[in-house]
Amino acid sequence: MKHTISVLVENKFGVLARVAGLFSARGYNIASLAVSETLDPEISYMTIVVDAKDEKVLEQINKQLNKLIDVITVTDFTKKDHLERELVLVKVNCLAKDKQALEGLFDKFVGKIIQTKDNTAIIEAIGDQDQVKALLGALSKFGVKELVRTGKLVISS
Amino acid sequence: MNLTGSEILLECLKREGVEVVFGYPGGQILPTFDALYGYEGFKFILTRHEQGAAHAADGYARATGKAGVCLATSGPGATNLVTGIANAYMDSIPMVAICGQVPTALIGNDAFQEADITGITRPITKHNYLVKDIKDLARIVREAFYIASTGRPGPVLIDLPKDVQVARMEFVWPEEIKLRSYNPNIFGHPGQIKRAAKLIMKAKKPILYIGGGIITSGASFELLELAQKLGCPVTWTLMGIGGFPSNHQQSLGMLGMHGTAYANHSIMESDLIIALGARFDDRVTGRLDVFAPTAKVIHVDIDPSSISKNVHVDLPIVGDLKQVLVELLREINSGPQIEDWLKHVDHLKKKYPMGYKDKSKILPQYVIQQIDEVTAGEAIICTEVGQHQMWAAQWFNYTQPRTFISSGGLGTMGFGFPAAMGVKLGRPDKIVFDVAGDGSIQMNIQELGTCVANKINVKVAILNNGYLGMVRQWQELFYQRRYSYTPISSPDFVKLAQSYGAVGIRVVKKEEVRPALERAIETDNTVFIDFQVEEEENVYPMVPAGEAINNIIGGLA
Repeated sequence: MKHTISVLVENKFGVLARVAGLFSARGYNIASLAVSETLDPEISYMTIVVDAKDEKVLEQINKQLNKLIDVITVTDFTKKDHLERELVLVKVNCLAKDKQALEGLFDKFVGKIIQTKDNTAIIEAIGDQDQVKALLGALSKFGVKELVRTGKLVISS
Repeated sequence: MNLTGSEILLECLKREGVEVVFGYPGGQILPTFDALYGYEGFKFILTRHEQGAAHAADGYARATGKAGVCLATSGPGATNLVTGIANAYMDSIPMVAICGQVPTALIGNDAFQEADITGITRPITKHNYLVKDIKDLARIVREAFYIASTGRPGPVLIDLPKDVQVARMEFVWPEEIKLRSYNPNIFGHPGQIKRAAKLIMKAKKPILYIGGGIITSGASFELLELAQKLGCPVTWTLMGIGGFPSNHQQSLGMLGMHGTAYANHSIMESDLIIALGARFDDRVTGRLDVFAPTAKVIHVDIDPSSISKNVHVDLPIVGDLKQVLVELLREINSGPQIEDWLKHVDHLKKKYPMGYKDKSKILPQYVIQQIDEVTAGEAIICTEVGQHQMWAAQWFNYTQPRTFISSGGLGTMGFGFPAAMGVKLGRPDKIVFDVAGDGSIQMNIQELGTCVANKINVKVAILNNGYLGMVRQWQELFYQRRYSYTPISSPDFVKLAQSYGAVGIRVVKKEEVRPALERAIETDNTVFIDFQVEEEENVYPMVPAGEAINNIIGGLA
């Protein structure tokens, strides 16, 4: 099961390696990771998505995260009310004749075109997991050339 | 005071109450060794290998309860500390390890003798620091000692680049330590403690299962009081040895793979395990899914990540053992009704006694018993890792905490001898033995030089059987006696000791054991005693790895 864990940490060098090390040491892959400063520049906020094969191992990782000296709080959002969003940028093939069809997509799906150039279009979309997935499905018929995404961000709701 | 980084380091160490530092010089730590020249704030011991320095610092910490300190240069000096740091980490020993590093401008350039030691030690330290600015140095040293010695203790490493060592600034001692994200739980939850007391009062077959936490927390006295109030049997892990007097009538000795059969049977049949500062290690529980099937578990530990890690815990209490036991004792007026249980445990003790069959050659168990007798149980026993370690755990009557010094979690051969140096420096009033095997002693034998040069009076009892005995035992039992690379040759230990300026004694006959020990103790020097013991003696009782702990082989019964 996928877990979304947020970790509030001291904004210092080496902290990310300490956090990531607890996952890698147990053979756990981090599916997505977003890190940035908070309002307090001495504190950073990490959002980690991890696919836990064994809930007990994840519980142990959470406890170990809490033990790290530079970790302030750890929250597993899986069973908590929260909103999640991800930003994706997608470059798709877009000949002049396809442009209207592409624009039409955004009646149903999240996102907008932010650039068209050299028979390609770049789409920016913000949404939750399902919305992004649906958009990517719809875009596939145009031919996706590049895809970058921020990883999931969550906030309690 | 306008001081260099190196001088600030020494001043901070002194103010932290450091009595002794173990270490080895080298290029990138030169400025600090220059500051050490003629320095009298604490004693410095030059070891013969950085690993020796780390283990000596560890031994000092185990014997005194204070953080041990070791110092090495960058690159190979730092990596040679790694085993010692991992060893301290696994056994929750307070240690501060300091290494030189290439100048900050060269870090990451593959400079000569550069190693990313903070990266290397990240998973084996409680915390580590790379000091990039002299302004942070004093604060970091203070934090390092605070983190190393509070909560669940552990090693902290400080990586100190050469340019930071030579930089200068006005020294300011940071009076306060502020760490918003580090607040160990000291006091147990009062509600949980009340519930624990109720559970204890209702128990019909309770057992106290204690670990190294009792010793770390200094809670032996409270444990004794609790045990006497409850009247129930007490068993311990390797790390818990000395936490409860082994000659007490409620004592069951050590449990687990080489524990007493009656301890293992008792915990398997118990209905309540009161686990105090122990972590249900696989060497203790054996096969987990059949471990103590009828028992409820109360688990007191300062580290929340130890709770329900291996065994489901019914009633967790996170806190410092001493504090929790003081509160728990207030909640318990009289013990539970457990006469039938005690009778049964007594029956188990009689049914499965500890013992060994005498043979014509010297038996290693006998040597341990003789060390106990000759020193009236007052010695501090350090060990290496292997058969001799288990015999030292089984056959010496430990009555005081911090008298059994052994590598538990990591199982580091070569630990005992350098650790014994640290122990002796921390407890000069005590007779200090290192019980060793002929394999283990050869792993850090160079520390003979350190002992002799610094007049560190350690007695090394080598139980010499010509084998890497524990591995040989497993090969005998589980690999059809295919002794693959376990026969091992040794130098002439007597001559070797003599060539270092120490004393060597060889013991071949049983009747020579006691006089040799007496002579060793009377000798004002480091002594190697080469006991030529029975070659293929096994450690029993034994639970094969992965079996239920009441599935015991060997022993008298």
